Amino acid sequence: MKKNRYFGRFALTLLAVFFALWFLLPTVLTITNSFMTQSEISANYGKVFANVSGSDGKAYIADEVNLKFIPDKVTFHQYIAVLIRSPEYLLKFWNSVILVVPIVLLQLVVASVTAYGFTRWRGKVRSFLFFFYVILMLMPTQVTLVPNYLVSDWLGILNTRWAIILPGTFAPFSVFLLTKSMRRIPVSLIEAAKLDGSSEWQIFKDICLPQCRSALYSIAILVFIDYWNMVEQPIILLPNADLQPLSVYLSTINTSEVGLAFAIATIYMVPSLLLFLHGEDYLVEGIAHQGSVKG
Amino acid sequence: MKAVKEKKIKQKKAVPAKVRRTWKVSNDRVRDVLHSVAFLTPSVAGVALFFILPFLVVVYYSVIRSPMNPDFVFLDNFISVLQNSSFRTAAKNTAMFSAIAVPLAVVLSLVLALMLECRIPCKSLLRTFFLSPMMVPVASVVLIWQVVFHYRGTLNVILSNFGVDPIDWLNSPYCLLVIVVLFLWKNLGYNMILFMAALNNIPKELLEVADVEGASAAHKFFNIKLRYLSPTVLFVAILSIINSFKVFREIYLLTGNYPYDGLYMMQHFMNNTFGNLDYQKMSSAAVLMALVMVALIALLFKVEDVFGKDVEG
Repeated sequence: MKKNRYFGRFALTLLAVFFALWFLLPTVLTITNSFMTQSEISANYGKVFANVSGSDGKAYIADEVNLKFIPDKVTFHQYIAVLIRSPEYLLKFWNSVILVVPIVLLQLVVASVTAYGFTRWRGKVRSFLFFFYVILMLMPTQVTLVPNYLVSDWLGILNTRWAIILPGTFAPFSVFLLTKSMRRIPVSLIEAAKLDGSSEWQIFKDICLPQCRSALYSIAILVFIDYWNMVEQPIILLPNADLQPLSVYLSTINTSEVGLAFAIATIYMVPSLLLFLHGEDYLVEGIAHQGSVKG
Repeated sequence: MKAVKEKKIKQKKAVPAKVRRTWKVSNDRVRDVLHSVAFLTPSVAGVALFFILPFLVVVYYSVIRSPMNPDFVFLDNFISVLQNSSFRTAAKNTAMFSAIAVPLAVVLSLVLALMLECRIPCKSLLRTFFLSPMMVPVASVVLIWQVVFHYRGTLNVILSNFGVDPIDWLNSPYCLLVIVVLFLWKNLGYNMILFMAALNNIPKELLEVADVEGASAAHKFFNIKLRYLSPTVLFVAILSIINSFKVFREIYLLTGNYPYDGLYMMQHFMNNTFGNLDYQKMSSAAVLMALVMVALIALLFKVEDVFGKDVEG
């Protein structure tokens, strides 16, 4: 019996190690490969990328790729090349920043006000409205992109950054999450403030927002990663290649620049990874509070 | 001065208490409504402008012949979209992918959550590892996936050691499998956290009683835990369905605009209709998808009602 239990624990640990490797290796490999020299990358992976970006379809050459964990010679050359010789990548990186940061900030501002409205007063109309937000939140991008496209067209902001920032500002996702966490604030706290003569705005600003600080942080991370990772919206709402974020542009990288690709990929994941490492506990708490769609 | 004050008091007293109370109550109610309107307006206005009004226009576009020639044609556009072969391919592939990926996402993330409940070393480190893919932009790791799944890629090299012939992963019916792997990689961590939170909320006493009464682990899992988890299972399922529509990102970044037939997804179809500015097609496709989504969500709610009604969650 006891032996059986040890075996079970061993199997479990093995399974955990398998999952951990699966989840970790792609990220780690991207980072380690970014320290390779150009020639080493060409030698290892030249075949793959020649094929992907080449126009003449499949050109199988006998060489096989060689996925390496540790570079033969560690070099920062690729980073230097990206930072100094190829400003277009930095420009794309900046495009991502200038799209994502306003969306995160504006969405949080709008959502916190709205969430207070949904928390403080309930009624038939408001709970129907909230239900409607949930449905809207659940709609896939393929559905919401069409309305967004039409509005951007009418407003004449198609192919500008606003075509992505404005719909992002009003996306219902963070309204849902923030309402869920605001409803956890004890009602007595709000009642007490009201008896003390605080106005609604003061209750919102001085009681609800500070209480939701960790929720706000975790939602900010979630919204950030969602938009940092966006592909569908820029393709349709922002076809102008000069304005597109790095998340789209990375895939169009040339064969001659494969060496740079890993370095750029690594640079691109640094902001989100740093946010993650700093805010992991908040993030976990924030996700956990989502609970279910109902209620 | 004093007389005036007394007069005022008298006047106040003259109003019957009941009337005064109802006046106060309704006054409060008006104030509440005004306040809630003030707080909700910015968002509701934005949502109306960017989502609801244009969606109504989308519905309108889907039942007329063309914006130039607004004859009411009712279902014609829908029928022509449904008969469109690329729409069918896209719908079939998307449905097939979701049908494979969503159940796997639910089951595997529950397995991960249960695993972290057991006694294994380095739990918090493992949690970080499992969660990390969610924070890595798809565009960043796509290079590694390309290296792994290429015809001359790592996976085929490894398989050839076991005498398996090389498979062109991204240009054969196996492509769906590859995308499922990528999807799970990205989404399992998030779902796992949802399950971990739900497992934490199961009343401990219940499990202790079960232990005392000598219930087996399987019995405890199916008859206690799963019952309490059912709202979360529903939530994870819905989330995974939505995220399964987002897998276009991986496909697009891996294979570009024109993937292998088996990877042609709904979003590819939409991109093409946007490219041609075919308003009728894209409106009807969007309306159809919205309907399917609503139906799916309603169905899941129904299922939840049937299975989860004896637990308050």
